[in-house]
Amino acid sequence: MNPSLNASPADGGHGYSGIPRWLYLPAAVGALFVLLPLAAVLAKVNWAQFIPLVTSAASLDALGLSLRTSAASTLLCLVFGVPLAMVLARRPFRGQRLLRAFVLLPLVLPPVVGGIALLYTFGRQGLLGKSLELAGIQIAFSNTAVVLAQAFVALPFLVVSLEGALRTAGNKYEAVAATLGAAPTTVLRRVTLPLVMPGLASGAVLSFARSLGEFGATLTFAGSLQGVTRTLPLEIYLQRESDADAAVALSLLLVAVAVAVVGLSYRKPGRQVGA
Amino acid sequence: MRITRRKTAALVVSAVLAGSLAACSPGGGGSTGSGTVTVYAAASLKKTFTELAAKFEAAHPGTKVTLNFAGSSDLVTQITQGAPADVFASADSKNMTKLSDASLVDGDPVDFATNVLEIAVPPANPASISSFADLAKPGVKVVVCAPQVPCGAATEKVEKASGITLKPVSEESSVADVLGKVTSGEADAGLVYVTDVKTAGDKVKGITFPESGQAANTYPIATVENSKNKELAKAFIELVTGSEGRKVLGDAGFGAP
Repeated sequence: MNPSLNASPADGGHGYSGIPRWLYLPAAVGALFVLLPLAAVLAKVNWAQFIPLVTSAASLDALGLSLRTSAASTLLCLVFGVPLAMVLARRPFRGQRLLRAFVLLPLVLPPVVGGIALLYTFGRQGLLGKSLELAGIQIAFSNTAVVLAQAFVALPFLVVSLEGALRTAGNKYEAVAATLGAAPTTVLRRVTLPLVMPGLASGAVLSFARSLGEFGATLTFAGSLQGVTRTLPLEIYLQRESDADAAVALSLLLVAVAVAVVGLSYRKPGRQVGA
Repeated sequence: MRITRRKTAALVVSAVLAGSLAACSPGGGGSTGSGTVTVYAAASLKKTFTELAAKFEAAHPGTKVTLNFAGSSDLVTQITQGAPADVFASADSKNMTKLSDASLVDGDPVDFATNVLEIAVPPANPASISSFADLAKPGVKVVVCAPQVPCGAATEKVEKASGITLKPVSEESSVADVLGKVTSGEADAGLVYVTDVKTAGDKVKGITFPESGQAANTYPIATVENSKNKELAKAFIELVTGSEGRKVLGDAGFGAP
């Protein structure tokens, strides 16, 4: 399949890919398993109606809302996720493993469960909701609820990517900078963050992508109203009830946006390393 | 790994069992035959149809009723994609028509129940709702079904008939989602079916309103064209549309067609 005629184990070094050939078959099946359903969606698209379907007022509202809320939740993930990853990667403390396990929990939790948990935290009858309502802040059925639901499920992606990058980078340079008299904040700004920038960037992009696809927690916690809380996934879910063509067209739109976002994330780090 | 393997084994065993049960089915005596009848029914029929299925199995020894509950339009999609249903019970005539249009209905569907909307509020009724008009008062957080689903279509009809326009804070995709927002106290009121309020028990308080009569939903039931056991399917439909079915449905809050 991949003949490198003169390559022999003795050549060593350059040409060796380190993969036994029989791996290609299951790898191809794995790739097909992901690609085939996408192809099936493509085959179902009603192309004649595609443009009108994805440019209807409801679709545009949903797309715009999805992009805006996902951007906001990514920002929220950065603001709280970066410090969290730093603490987890650099400062051993009691209960650290436990904390990490809990931070990663939304990765495996069914989103509906996340939605219920958020409801009992920020809802009107919730743990914080009552005090928030006294302060005049209402979260239920608002943009904010959507952003919170998205940030809840997206935060682990940022923390995992960044913590991995921090551990791989090690703290040699940071230690050197510190011995040269740099204050901790300066070290963070001038040494640590530039060092892990690729990991941080891909973590942020993954968070954005996850936010874009958020469905269960939003449905449970935020509700569904055009232009306010009905994001693209919720619009797809609703359209499926009455107009299968619209649901398929919107699915393709969401896939396209997701592919663009993820594609971006896997090009950027490489470029930055080169720069 | 071990768990997965065990699960797989369990799946295989149950598949084999199901297969052998199916293999046993033909040739049984009795006027209505025996075997398995698979009923696809609207989610709102869960409680009543589960009860009726037990009654059916008791009355026809050797038969088994397999139930599948979901939103009516989901069920139509599943059946048109080849799901092995014998009976389809829809929460509205629109979805039954979709199935007839696909030539997947055997004979004519029979209407067997009606359902009307009711206001559901949290037990304490924080917004002091007492009528449909109260739902349109400023500051009242009301949650309804989206017009794309049957309960939302009914809501729209009531709005049109009464001339009262609601400004909902959310339009949900299912009755369960509307109820969830009410029971959790997020919403001051929700519009669901009478039968849903009854099923929810004391988690919500129901408020009936005269305008609901303008938008009664009719539930039709029919044998699916590709059914392998039409005899048994018809027998089940007879039970649902007969006096016993009427009683169970009536107790749950469904109206007569």
